[in-house]
Amino acid sequence: MLYREAGQYKTSYRADFAVFPLLQDRVGIAVILALAVLMPFVASEFVINSMMIPILIFALAAIGLNLLTGYAGLVSLGTGGFMGVGAYGCYKLATAFPGVNIIVPIIASGLFAAAIGVLFGLPSLRIKGFYLAVATLAAQFFLSWCFVRVPWLVNYNVSGAIEVPTRTLFGVPITGPNATAVTRYLVVLSIVVVMTWVASNLVHGRFGRMWMAVRDMDIAAELIGIKLYRTKLLAFAVSSFYAGVAGAMLVFLWLGASEADSFDINASFLVLFMVIIGGLGSLVGSFLGAFLILGLPIVLRSLPDTLGLSINSATVEHLQFMIVGALIIFFLIVEPAGLARLWQIGKQKLRVWPFPY
Amino acid sequence: MDLLYNIFIDPFVQMGTAPDLLVQTLWEGLVGGVLYSLIALGFVLIFKASGVFNFAQGIMVVFAAMSLVALHALGIPAFVALALTVGVMLALAWVVERLVLRPLVNQPDIILFMATFGLTYFLIGFGELVFGGEPKIMIADQLYLPRGAYDIKMLGGFVSLQKIDIAAAVIASLMVAALAVFFQKTRIGRALRAVADSHRAALSVGISLEQIWVIVWFAAGIVAIVTGIMWGARSQVEFSLQIIALKALPVLILGGFTSIPGAIVGGLIIGVGEKLGEFYWGPLLGSGIESWLAYMIALVFLLFRPQGLFGEKIIERV
Repeated sequence: MLYREAGQYKTSYRADFAVFPLLQDRVGIAVILALAVLMPFVASEFVINSMMIPILIFALAAIGLNLLTGYAGLVSLGTGGFMGVGAYGCYKLATAFPGVNIIVPIIASGLFAAAIGVLFGLPSLRIKGFYLAVATLAAQFFLSWCFVRVPWLVNYNVSGAIEVPTRTLFGVPITGPNATAVTRYLVVLSIVVVMTWVASNLVHGRFGRMWMAVRDMDIAAELIGIKLYRTKLLAFAVSSFYAGVAGAMLVFLWLGASEADSFDINASFLVLFMVIIGGLGSLVGSFLGAFLILGLPIVLRSLPDTLGLSINSATVEHLQFMIVGALIIFFLIVEPAGLARLWQIGKQKLRVWPFPY
Repeated sequence: MDLLYNIFIDPFVQMGTAPDLLVQTLWEGLVGGVLYSLIALGFVLIFKASGVFNFAQGIMVVFAAMSLVALHALGIPAFVALALTVGVMLALAWVVERLVLRPLVNQPDIILFMATFGLTYFLIGFGELVFGGEPKIMIADQLYLPRGAYDIKMLGGFVSLQKIDIAAAVIASLMVAALAVFFQKTRIGRALRAVADSHRAALSVGISLEQIWVIVWFAAGIVAIVTGIMWGARSQVEFSLQIIALKALPVLILGGFTSIPGAIVGGLIIGVGEKLGEFYWGPLLGSGIESWLAYMIALVFLLFRPQGLFGEKIIERV
């Protein structure tokens, strides 16, 4: 009844191909954005700091991987490494140019990640599928090794970890120990929103269509004049750029200090989970996937307390592994196309509501 | 100049001046390679028959070894415990087929791959819950596995061969031979090869896919038991061992996902390459290069032969 396109006439091709063709969608996204901005006024510091910030950051990484895996059809297991490149690149830039606004190195660090991503994307020109996935693991392990073994990356720190310096934006500290969760949240939110908007334009435009053509059938794509190597490497570059920015934010705007193992193979798997559970080839899905994968353990951990059960923490940990594993399988069986598909079905149902069809 | 000398000349000079060390390194690489081959073999078996990239092979190895140790700790004689572990792997194969593979039939490869991830998580949690998280000692003596080493005098020095490594190599060869016979000579083996060639054609001549999948996962489980015993006897049985699955992946690139000889030869190449690289070139780069060296070997190899050592050349049509 409420969510219906009746009466909304499109008078131009542009209007017909808008990202949000329905007025209700535009209102909905505005409401979600407003809620996200107003969230700090109602939510506790815990929710902001240990749920919202990581969810947004990982959603950005998931968008990056989704551009590569969901749109261009290239499976990568190197996301963690590329995120690390972003984080270490950002640290080098921020300490080399202390006067520059911190947002600049955070975004610029994505360029380093993009360069490394292209380098390790080169095998994609010759191999596909799981072979490529395993080849990108080379990037993951090599980069992880570099983060530990190359002291230059952390400016020869004794601790071998990134220590985030305090930087301010309009006089308010946004990184380092003095920054409050709320300011960091707002910075993360703005970066993520802008980059999601860019990603949405990318996938709806020429590049997105090229990627999808390559994903669906590379030989046919080549026949209609798409240069495979450029398209694939571009997908690697853009994807790694997003991962790099996410990695830089992870350290600078969330963790505050970071060791190499924040960017190990588990980070790659985590992001891949988000993409698959969220839905391949869907930007909304990346957010939903991040929300589910990061939210689930928090809920599971607090569940025994809320239910008044006393289970020791080790058992909870093991049960958590089991439940997460079982739920992953369950989700894949119930909806292999991911949460994004459920979202679609929900919208479709809403469209005809209250009638069955 | 110095760097070039260190990379291209010095290691070979070292090899020439201390041939006994070279032989020792090669031997260690080979026995390490045998274990990589075994894990890769588990992957290949499942990939061939069901097209599933089974990430859970690593945890299956740990799970098998843990079951064996835990069953023995209950007071069951070692060989009975071994038989029971085989039963556990059969049950696991059946449950996986029923609850994971069957509902996901006909889904894209990546979805099945993710499902085996879920299985990995589940088995880690379940295993730690049942067996406890602490490392365990493999019951090598009770299974009459030899210990100690032979010291052989050769090339002006000593080469020390661990007996357990020799046993591992022998047992692995026996198992591969048994698998080869099973695949080539038995009725089930023929059905397995048929399924590997084409699921649909196999279905149409009346081969039950479900049954084949259980058998294949069970075979991978047996391989996992052997790997678990051998690997556990060399070090300890602990859950962190499951990452050895990741070490076997370059072997798959090298050998091809569907080739059993490829898995074996690839494993040996990776094992030897890794040890040589670590021993002769490792000091140049700082230690720990074995974490990625195998992948680099595989990547370089890919540039020249994308289809792998024994992989079939894939001809693609539009």
